[in-house]
Amino acid sequence: MNIKKILPQLLTLLVVILIFGFFSYNAQVNMENRGITFGYGFLSQESSFDVQFSLIEFDGSHSYFRAYLVGLLNTILVSVIGIIFATIIGVVVGIARLSNNYLIKRTAAVYVEFFRNIPLLLQIFFWYFAALRALPLPQDTEPMFGVFFLTIKGFFVPAFVWNNLDVFIYSLIAAIISILFIRIYARKKQENEGIQTPVLSISIGLLIILPLLSFLFGGVDASVEIPVIKQLSQSGFTYEGGIKLPPELISLALALSLYTATFIAECVRAGVQGVSKGQKEAAASIGLTPNQVLKLVVMPQALRIIIPPTTNQYLNLTKNSSLAAAIAYPDLVLVFAGTALMQTGRAIEIVSITMLTYLTLSISISIFMNWYNKKIAIKEK
Amino acid sequence: MNKLNFLQPDKNNLNIYLYTGVTLVSLSIFIVFLNSFFSKDLISFLPETISFLLPLVLGFIGLNLIRIDYSGLKFLDKINKNINTNNFNAFLSLLIVFVVIKALPPLLSWFILDANIAGDSKDVCTGTGACWTYIKIWFNRFMYGMYPNAEQWRINLSFISLAFLGTIGFFATEKFKKYLTLYYVVVYPVIAFFFIFFFISGGPIFFDFSYGIIAAVISIIIGFFIPSKFKMYYFIIVPITLYILLKYVFFYEELIELGKLEALEWVETGAWGGLSLTFIVSFFCLIFCFPIGLFLSLGRRSDFPIIKYISIGMIEFWRGVPLITVLFMSSVMFPMFLPEDMFIDKLVRVIIAISLFEAAYVAEVIRGGLQALPRGQYDAAKSLGMGYWKMHILVILPQALKLVIPGIANTFLALVKDTPLIFVVGLLEIVGMLNLAKTNPEWLGFAMEGYVFASVLFFIICYAMSKYSYNLEQKYKTER
Repeated sequence: MNIKKILPQLLTLLVVILIFGFFSYNAQVNMENRGITFGYGFLSQESSFDVQFSLIEFDGSHSYFRAYLVGLLNTILVSVIGIIFATIIGVVVGIARLSNNYLIKRTAAVYVEFFRNIPLLLQIFFWYFAALRALPLPQDTEPMFGVFFLTIKGFFVPAFVWNNLDVFIYSLIAAIISILFIRIYARKKQENEGIQTPVLSISIGLLIILPLLSFLFGGVDASVEIPVIKQLSQSGFTYEGGIKLPPELISLALALSLYTATFIAECVRAGVQGVSKGQKEAAASIGLTPNQVLKLVVMPQALRIIIPPTTNQYLNLTKNSSLAAAIAYPDLVLVFAGTALMQTGRAIEIVSITMLTYLTLSISISIFMNWYNKKIAIKEK
Repeated sequence: MNKLNFLQPDKNNLNIYLYTGVTLVSLSIFIVFLNSFFSKDLISFLPETISFLLPLVLGFIGLNLIRIDYSGLKFLDKINKNINTNNFNAFLSLLIVFVVIKALPPLLSWFILDANIAGDSKDVCTGTGACWTYIKIWFNRFMYGMYPNAEQWRINLSFISLAFLGTIGFFATEKFKKYLTLYYVVVYPVIAFFFIFFFISGGPIFFDFSYGIIAAVISIIIGFFIPSKFKMYYFIIVPITLYILLKYVFFYEELIELGKLEALEWVETGAWGGLSLTFIVSFFCLIFCFPIGLFLSLGRRSDFPIIKYISIGMIEFWRGVPLITVLFMSSVMFPMFLPEDMFIDKLVRVIIAISLFEAAYVAEVIRGGLQALPRGQYDAAKSLGMGYWKMHILVILPQALKLVIPGIANTFLALVKDTPLIFVVGLLEIVGMLNLAKTNPEWLGFAMEGYVFASVLFFIICYAMSKYSYNLEQKYKTER
């Protein structure tokens, strides 16, 4: 420990403390002048604003904390939808880029180059203001397959009406747990006796039979509620019943998944290309079938390369979903950092809560990823 | 004549298979082509479901017939290898070809054939195609925002001269090559900064700074020819002399007072906008985020625990939050942290926010490069007696940065694509201007044209950037 080591650290620390001190001193003075006191008590106050689209019941009489929950749930909803579609498109396009068919390869490449070189915000605007605005009015819409209605006011889909939904869910959980047990049993059996059990067909059978039993004996009952057109006024129509997906949600999910899919496609391509040819040849030479080569040799190695950057993309998608504020989809940023901030004027508290939420999310995921990377890393002797 | 088997084409009856196959494929493409371009349906006498599938079936059979291994015809082998390896591939190839043929006519007619560009009002747009007149009329606004029309030459002049100054590197002779890094890292950003902030912005402060700039530029250019013995004295004396000469001998300000020259009008940053603002914001953030990111990445790998943890905290904080909340913070929360009489311009706040945000990403990219270097490089540099900074500047960073060119280019691309977000604080670059124009009551209903226009612009910019970074990567690739 000499002075040369301590001095730069002390200086840095001093600068950081000074900056923070300066900021917090000013913040105190400013808040005193405006007559606000710092605190999170406002969260329990009545919010007195309404949100267009929310997963839980919400109106003006609920608290600001509930508004925060509404925003958070909407963010999670659009992120989950986006992640599912981005993964599907991304994997398909990523594999298509490796195809030996020239046309497919080029089409996938054009898609990737096109969608990832255009700002996401522009894409969201394009879908929301240009593409979805060209859809027909509710009264002119022709149904797709008789039950889906794609209109300018949103996408109306049939809803399931359940009786005893909990029994059905329990049956599903029971099926999944028993499948897990069967897998463990099958692996043990193969290790000990070398006999393979048809796990896949048993699993599918279980997944079908157990829920079916719940229908027959558990008193579970499901019916489909199809949206029906309803006249509001002389020229105003809408659909009633079923589930309404607002156009904001559709365009946001569409733009997010198409944009993120390009990055996931590149991850998938890099992953599959990253498995050396020798591995496949070696696997084939010890007599594995092509399916086994893919399942036992290529995929485990490719996934090791694919998963970390893909998780990063999922995180990016979640963070990018905050662009929802631009088209008034009521996500966390719009509801909480927008409307609630305007109403209460508590900039520091609200912006800090919003940032902390995203921060918690990404840091917990990156901690998980670090753990996962350590776990799957090739253990060299 | 050998036996013909249409299920298993082989080389023996090559010509028969080839002619039938090619005829079938051409027929199917021809049917789709006629249907799509001239809306004539050759097979309309068939029931709808069959006539929809018929071209696909015909083409599929045709492709199956010409799938002959080692046929001896180079062209045929090439086609088979590339688009026709098996049934599934043949089917997908056909599908892609048909979709392209089907999609071309509507796209062509929307973009070109039925589109309008003549005239200067909405009334000329009667066709079903795009209304490029809208873009033509608003072009100025999309490029310059609310910047006064009469002053737009200032933006043009600045960009042209900056572009020119930026390309100097390509013309430099061997003798000056060693100064290029210094020029691009220090001199060029400073010139650009003053150009944009005091020329585009205008205002009274312009003169003093412009004198300083002109003096500095002239003296640096002459400085290349001065023997190194005198360089020290030269760089102290000449710039100051030049500055004084410019300020007091050329009497620029007095010329203005006499009415022979006009002063530049001050244009507040709120009026800036359009594509030029996109360039300005991304340019500055690009310049600032790189050094900040560099220091953060070095800090994260530092041996000093305090510096290390402060760097980690900075990086993880900025990487963990979405840019839009950072901009929210800079617009609503940051003013609370400043003394009441202190005011920082909106644009400056935004540039600081985006720079800090992207710096965290740059830091992680550079850290990747630093980690990829073998330990031997550090040890070798230390064994030569180099200190921390000397080791990094001469040995580590040149190699590490070379490794991370693609990553840095990706971060910069992300930065350019993130600039439209500044609409949050009320600055309208090109996407913001589009949204403003879209709501203009005289020009309702042309959202599509605007977004297509902006998409094409952004695509060209970003695609060119990514191709350039690829070239750079190839150029600096070193074998290990």
